[in-house]
Amino acid sequence: MIRHLLRLPRHIFLALIAVFMAAPLVVVAGVSLNATRRMSFPPERFGWNWYEVFFTTPAWLSSLQWSLLIAAAAALVSTSVAVPVAYAIWRFNSRFSKLLSGFGALAFMLPPVVLAVVFMIFWGFIGHVGRVENTVLSHAVVLLALPLVTVSLGFQSIDRSVIEVAETMGATDNYVFRTVIAPIVMPYVLCGALFVFVLSINEYIIAYMVAGFAVETLPIKVFNSMRLGFEPTMCVGAVLFMLLGAGTFCLIARFGDLPKLLGAASPRD
Amino acid sequence: MTDLAERMTILLARPRLPSGRLVALLAWPTLAIVGLSAFPLFLLLQVSTAHREPGALWSPGFEWTQYEQVFDATFLRMLGYSAVLATVVSVTVAAIGLPLTYLITRMRRRSQMVWLVGLLTTLSLSEVLVSFAWQVMLARRIGLSDLLAALGLLSEAQSLYPSAGAMLACLIYLTLPFSVLLLYPSLSRIDRDLLEAARTMGASPLRGFFTIVLPLMRRPLVSSLVVVFIFTVGSYVTPLVLGRPEQWTVGVLISNTVLGAGNVPLGAAQAVIFLGLTLLLTGATALLGRRKGDKP
Repeated sequence: MIRHLLRLPRHIFLALIAVFMAAPLVVVAGVSLNATRRMSFPPERFGWNWYEVFFTTPAWLSSLQWSLLIAAAAALVSTSVAVPVAYAIWRFNSRFSKLLSGFGALAFMLPPVVLAVVFMIFWGFIGHVGRVENTVLSHAVVLLALPLVTVSLGFQSIDRSVIEVAETMGATDNYVFRTVIAPIVMPYVLCGALFVFVLSINEYIIAYMVAGFAVETLPIKVFNSMRLGFEPTMCVGAVLFMLLGAGTFCLIARFGDLPKLLGAASPRD
Repeated sequence: MTDLAERMTILLARPRLPSGRLVALLAWPTLAIVGLSAFPLFLLLQVSTAHREPGALWSPGFEWTQYEQVFDATFLRMLGYSAVLATVVSVTVAAIGLPLTYLITRMRRRSQMVWLVGLLTTLSLSEVLVSFAWQVMLARRIGLSDLLAALGLLSEAQSLYPSAGAMLACLIYLTLPFSVLLLYPSLSRIDRDLLEAARTMGASPLRGFFTIVLPLMRRPLVSSLVVVFIFTVGSYVTPLVLGRPEQWTVGVLISNTVLGAGNVPLGAAQAVIFLGLTLLLTGATALLGRRKGDKP
């Protein structure tokens, strides 16, 4: 009995946090399902019509497509940089790669506003303004820390004696990489790519300063629409991104060991 | 550029390594990291001392004008205000984040997954979409202000933004997941046997928390404070959407200098100052952590 009473504050605390975290998202989802144009919660009349409007309005569709394209490309570029660096650190203990890795991870710790100014100046200096590649490459570099961490964890999880055995039995480096290393590391690479994907798709300030006037991603489109007033389609965009994020992390939890990726000790029992 | 990258790779690689293969392996990463990360940062420093050119981004030249302008009264006041705001947010978030993370690490694996996926989803959700969601929730026409009025907390139903409270709530919402993710690794590694031992020797769970968990958590707590602090000072969308102009942060100021006033060199100088403060703060924390870590 006393045990249960002691647990009560804990449950209240957790419930309060859960409500706090869920409330804005629930309200937005509710408003998006309101059939009328008015902003109201709970919905006056239930309807999917704003989702239909969203998916038939070229401006919303193109912003969604830009976002997806940029995020996918950034994830690809970012992992293509991270994998060789993590491999060189693990395989050759290369000091230069450690330097690269440290510098590559630095950007992630800097304030986004500063990075936005940095990249705006950089692309202006190159004379390459308002192009989608700017957003892709800027995101790929800024988020590089994520695949660097996950891929390094992947390499560390390989038992080195297995590699030695393969080598003594005459397997070439390439063969070892293809048959032993790649299958073990692949889920970690995928998780790194997914992390970059989901953060890139939601990133606003860098995308805006680097190419926002020409390449309008969904967060940029929502922000621009906010100045003009409320539109239920904005809620639809927010709900889609919520689902996209939740879906991606469920996928990561399925493919990889989420607690381990987030730094928990592997379960002892 | 590639040529330079390759030469650097050869110079810095250890001689006994198969350097030919290492060069091939690292050519692209070196190009990407040096070209797209190191060089742009260097460019920021250069532009902050360049000449302002109305109608263009900047014109070449070297002058300290921007830095003389940076430290005017408005910028300093804004820096001070942002620091106070960021301290409030980071302390609040740590005070909620620590017990929350502690409870999460004590959950069964399945419930842990639900919480982690939920927190990661809100963490990744764009600052634009989160502040938009808060704006909708706090609008006059949504039931929340009616509810508060009915409870007697408000004299009459009204829009709850722009206000300092709305901005604070949204900033806490945005940064709480960061804090949890930073505290999670160390908290989940704390040896359960220690807590068990304390329990069998008669310490209450609360006492176990304060005498065992808290001291072990000093380093991750400090990094949570620093990360949330920097995020808040640099936040742009939330203060703009939910706060009043007098509540805007350094992040808004820098963006407005660059985008609104079109003064890229001055914006660059402000960014350099902010960057310097960030590096100073993270560097100091890292050093502090290392010294503490040396003691067993």
